[in-house]
Amino acid sequence: MSLGTASGRHLQAFMGSLGRLARAPLGTCLTLLVIALALSLPAALKLFVTNAQAATGNFASAVDLSVYLKTDVPLAKAQQLTQAAQQRPDVESVTLISADKGLEDFRTYSGFGDALSALKENPLPHVLHVRPRAQASSAAALEALRRYFTAWPEVDLVQVDAEWVMRFNAILEVLRRVLLIAAGLFALGVLAVIGNTIRLEIQARRAEIEVTKLVGGSNAYVRRPFLYTGVLYGLGGALLAWGILALIVLLLRDPVATLARLYGSRYELAGLTLNDAAALLGAGIALGWLGAWISAARHLRRIEPRA
Amino acid sequence: MISFERVSKRYANGREALSNISFNIHNGEMVFLTGRSGAGKSTVLKLIALLERPSRGAVLVAGRNTQTLKARHIAAFRRGIGVVFQDHKLLADRPVFDNVALPLAVAGTALKEIDKRVRAALDQVGLLGKERVLPQELSVGEQQRVGIARAVVSKPALLIADEPTGNLDPDLSLEVMRLFRRFQDVGVTVVVATHDMHIVREFGERVITLENGSLLGDPPLDPLPSLVATR
Repeated sequence: MSLGTASGRHLQAFMGSLGRLARAPLGTCLTLLVIALALSLPAALKLFVTNAQAATGNFASAVDLSVYLKTDVPLAKAQQLTQAAQQRPDVESVTLISADKGLEDFRTYSGFGDALSALKENPLPHVLHVRPRAQASSAAALEALRRYFTAWPEVDLVQVDAEWVMRFNAILEVLRRVLLIAAGLFALGVLAVIGNTIRLEIQARRAEIEVTKLVGGSNAYVRRPFLYTGVLYGLGGALLAWGILALIVLLLRDPVATLARLYGSRYELAGLTLNDAAALLGAGIALGWLGAWISAARHLRRIEPRA
Repeated sequence: MISFERVSKRYANGREALSNISFNIHNGEMVFLTGRSGAGKSTVLKLIALLERPSRGAVLVAGRNTQTLKARHIAAFRRGIGVVFQDHKLLADRPVFDNVALPLAVAGTALKEIDKRVRAALDQVGLLGKERVLPQELSVGEQQRVGIARAVVSKPALLIADEPTGNLDPDLSLEVMRLFRRFQDVGVTVVVATHDMHIVREFGERVITLENGSLLGDPPLDPLPSLVATR
């Protein structure tokens, strides 16, 4: 058999499967909808986790130390300390926020502008914003850094906001695990739906299968159209799921932007990336093929021609 | 071509369909398999087409022992045999062309070649021009000829037919048998199971007679074989 006839036979089987699905539009649509819902639920959860991570990403990925100097430390000394802190190998960068800058920022963002004007002198201290290197952001390394700065005589207070970051990361980790479990369960559901649909179709075409085997059709030949049907179901369901997710993102985009604005953020809800979409379609195709294969292997073997 | 060596066949329900029968059919022979219903004719054909395997003994077809043939080779084995059924087993929802093309499609024949050979086969059975017609729009005799076209389209060396004239009137029966004779003329080995003794006498070919699963008579080239031929 030449390559040309082999691909021709595949094309034939593919078009045959497509035609059969098109001839029963209602049943096909219902099956596609069930598959699409099963695929879009874990995908929506994935979107939620991705967005939650991105929206809070700045806090979660880098833990900064705020080193508050005593109020009587002069600016020159503060600058000196900044340079000293920068020498440490576990420090990525140090930003000095002078008392004046701090007051100005506070005036701008707090809404207490007028009240602050009544103050005779600036009550704020100079603050060093210390960002540790990525490899030094473990709990122990942060603690060492905190102790180091606390020991300085000019330092009043060192604040590490690591605890809530860890809690938040733990929550995300739980969500990710939930996502994996949900994805696994829904994948099983898709397999069952496609497997059952293929089983019904095999039963409906029993006579045809018998005659095909009778004239020498191999198991692979008989199985092929059913595998294509499974792949088409999987692909169609995944495309529909993609559409459902796009709709969800469209419906949520404005409310989320409003919510973010209220928190002073310009965060925008992210939809599925092309990679995500490719993974979704790939999962749909793979599940469709596998479900059809399992079903065909189980049920086609039992159909043997009787004369 | 076909060799039965001390073959017995007992079905799962305990019925012994064939007991200890032996015969040979040579290349290019045309043989009638006769006997009453239940005598074992169908079982013989099923054993040849590998729809069943013998309980004891050996069935050799074209040099291959059906008992030892591996499952994955069965499809290729069946492609070498053309089979015609009494109820013709056509696919009702497919036009004549698709029905006849099926054995070529499963063998992976190129589409152009399929087109040519399906037309040739339909021409041989006198149905050229009916490619797009559905089987139930044809008469019973025409349906049977579609079944024959499907059996011969891949040019098998062996053609077997189970009561191919069972539903036909005498004239149509003769016509179908003449068709089989024509295939024999071009070298095809033909085995026809039938209880229609008129036809058998008319054609004067070799007759293998079965009764209750045993070989009753197989006079090699008796022009007028009788049902009660003695062993």
